[in-house]
Amino acid sequence: MAEVLVYVDHVDGAVRKPTLELLTLARRIGEPVAVALGNGAADTAATLAEHGAVKVLTHDASEYAEYLVVPKVDALQAAHEAVSPAAVLVPSSAEGKEIAARLALRIGSGIITDAVDLEAGDEGPVATQSVFAASFTTKSRVVKGTPVITVKPNSAAVEAAPAAGAVEALSVTFSDKATGTKVTARTPRESTGRPELTEAAIVVSGGRGVNGAENFAIIEALADQLGAAVGASRAAVDAGWYPHTNQVGQTGKSVSPQLYIANGISGAIQHRAGMQTSKTIVAVNKDAEAPIFELVDYGVVGDLFDVVPQLTEEIKTRKG
Amino acid sequence: MSLRIVVTVKYVPDATGDRHFADDLTVDRDDVDGLLSELDEYAVEQALQIAEDADDAEVTVLTVGPEDAKDALRKALSMGADKAIHVEDDDLHGTDAIGTSLVLAKAIEKAGFDLVVSGMASTDGTMGVVPALVAERLGVPQVTLLSEVSVEDGTVKGRRDGDAASEQLEAQLPALVSVTDQSGEARYPSFKGIMAAKKKPVESWDLSDLDIEAEEVGLDGAFTKVEAVTERPARTAGTIVKDEGEGGKQLAEFLASQKFI
Ligand SMILES: Cc1cc2nc3c(=O)[nH]c(=O)nc-3n(C[C@H](O)[C@H](O)[C@H](O)COP(=O)(O)OP(=O)(O)OC[C@H]3O[C@@H](n4cnc5c(N)ncnc54)[C@H](O)[C@@H]3O)c2cc1C
Ligand SMILES: Nc1ncnc2c1ncn2[C@@H]1O[C@H](COP(=O)(O)O)[C@@H](O)[C@H]1O
Repeated sequence: MAEVLVYVDHVDGAVRKPTLELLTLARRIGEPVAVALGNGAADTAATLAEHGAVKVLTHDASEYAEYLVVPKVDALQAAHEAVSPAAVLVPSSAEGKEIAARLALRIGSGIITDAVDLEAGDEGPVATQSVFAASFTTKSRVVKGTPVITVKPNSAAVEAAPAAGAVEALSVTFSDKATGTKVTARTPRESTGRPELTEAAIVVSGGRGVNGAENFAIIEALADQLGAAVGASRAAVDAGWYPHTNQVGQTGKSVSPQLYIANGISGAIQHRAGMQTSKTIVAVNKDAEAPIFELVDYGVVGDLFDVVPQLTEEIKTRKG
Repeated sequence: MSLRIVVTVKYVPDATGDRHFADDLTVDRDDVDGLLSELDEYAVEQALQIAEDADDAEVTVLTVGPEDAKDALRKALSMGADKAIHVEDDDLHGTDAIGTSLVLAKAIEKAGFDLVVSGMASTDGTMGVVPALVAERLGVPQVTLLSEVSVEDGTVKGRRDGDAASEQLEAQLPALVSVTDQSGEARYPSFKGIMAAKKKPVESWDLSDLDIEAEEVGLDGAFTKVEAVTERPARTAGTIVKDEGEGGKQLAEFLASQKFI
């Protein structure tokens, strides 16, 4: 059976959920061979094996942390040469897309980004994408070279599928371009203890209607009752009420949770671009004409300062 | 020492209008209102600021696109860019990201550059890969997705706010940077700027000017193929209630019925 390379997104050996989803999709096309780079690379093997990786190619070098993107492209290219895979799958993070693009160019292949589904096809994998702020769905294929495809978080279920997961050292020679962009300092993001925005099953968001940084406590309280991540519209971010890392939309994160709750958000096209593929959408807005209500499964026309705390209380009561 | 800056800008269909696909499944760029991609305005802005801080700098804006793409160049010129290059050729219709990066890289080389400034993503394709591809082709450092950027003594520095960490980056010129919408509001063209733009030079190049064969680009040269496009069915109308004191409880009831609580 053909092998499929899966680029592993991990933090010091802890594999992030989107990579496990990629393994589910990879198994539809062939046998997943994972590529894990950098500090803790070998520690990823057990988790990857549990989810279907037949092999885990690992390599650690200080270059991965000290220089931007290119060392990882060099390594993935080495893995591509070693394996001759039927496809290369990469998580659709900002960095993942850059790595995938440069790899595709080097190996003479096409690239598809932000797939939300992947199936095997007679002429190679077929990727589903959601475009123009999710108003259209397209099906595309790479028609030259090894398909390189980046896949968005929450595109497939994580499945247990035990496989060998044999660890093999990948041999990598860095190109002379690898050290072109130096990372001179790195400040890790502080953990909020809440789920990752793009990976969360539930997202509770606040917009301009929240009207102040201090009021985001109301949004957070609801999120915590639901075990949800907190999102924000650009208006809320630009006002300085919530960090940009939490922005949902075209220039923020694109989310596709089971449940999205928009509070005090009008539903501008750029916001919709980042949340319209959510399975169930709920909104609280005091303006009955707000465009967000065109998207909702359930909407409450009302003041969020009344509705949201009542909802939070009610959930608490029901949980007992 | 003069600093040659090339800004790559894309002409895109207006996101607030009706965007659709043409019969050949390419983005319809003919029957729609287009404009300079808003995310590329940030690139023009940062390029102008870098130029203002340099002793002697020249900002060239570059677009690859149809006839109407001139509008995007005019806008950038009226913001303050010095000159413009428009790569236009019938054979470019349907070019994908790999092909676009080839055309941009060849044009940037022909123009001559010390620094390339790109946007974070186009508002139509939203791939966010062209800057990385152009850097790979030019063989220069990529310093991308910056929310802060500066150039001093032949070194470009910037801050990249990633998912897991915020990073300070540094590279030697020549280099390519891309900037996000966090890099600072773009200026509005002044009346004087708009008038001045009319006299600024716009060069037109076609594929032969760039030694690119028609087969390398366009729909036939594309590395990817869109096989089907379907309009997403309108979401079925949801239930909307007016809060009369019980809105939160009603919402909880809905969430419970959907097994979220
Ligand atoms: C290139 C570009 C990229 C962009 N990218 C993004 C992006 O990534 N993400 C994004 O979100 N936006 C983005 N935008 C901005 C977008 O166009 C909107 O301006 C933004 O989404 C508006 O945010 P909002 O809905 O919070 O604010 P508004 O549009 O001002 O809406 C606020 C809503 O809150 C309601 N409200 C007010 N008070 C209350 C109350 N007490 N109770 C209940 N409801 C209340 C109002 O009725 C209103 O509907 C982008 C724009 C551009 C041009
Ligand atoms: N046709 C084009 N002409 C000029 N610049 C482009 C073109 N396409 C993409 N770019 C540049 O590449 C960036 C990212 O585009 P994309 O990878 O398509 O999302 C844009 O913000 C532009 O700076």
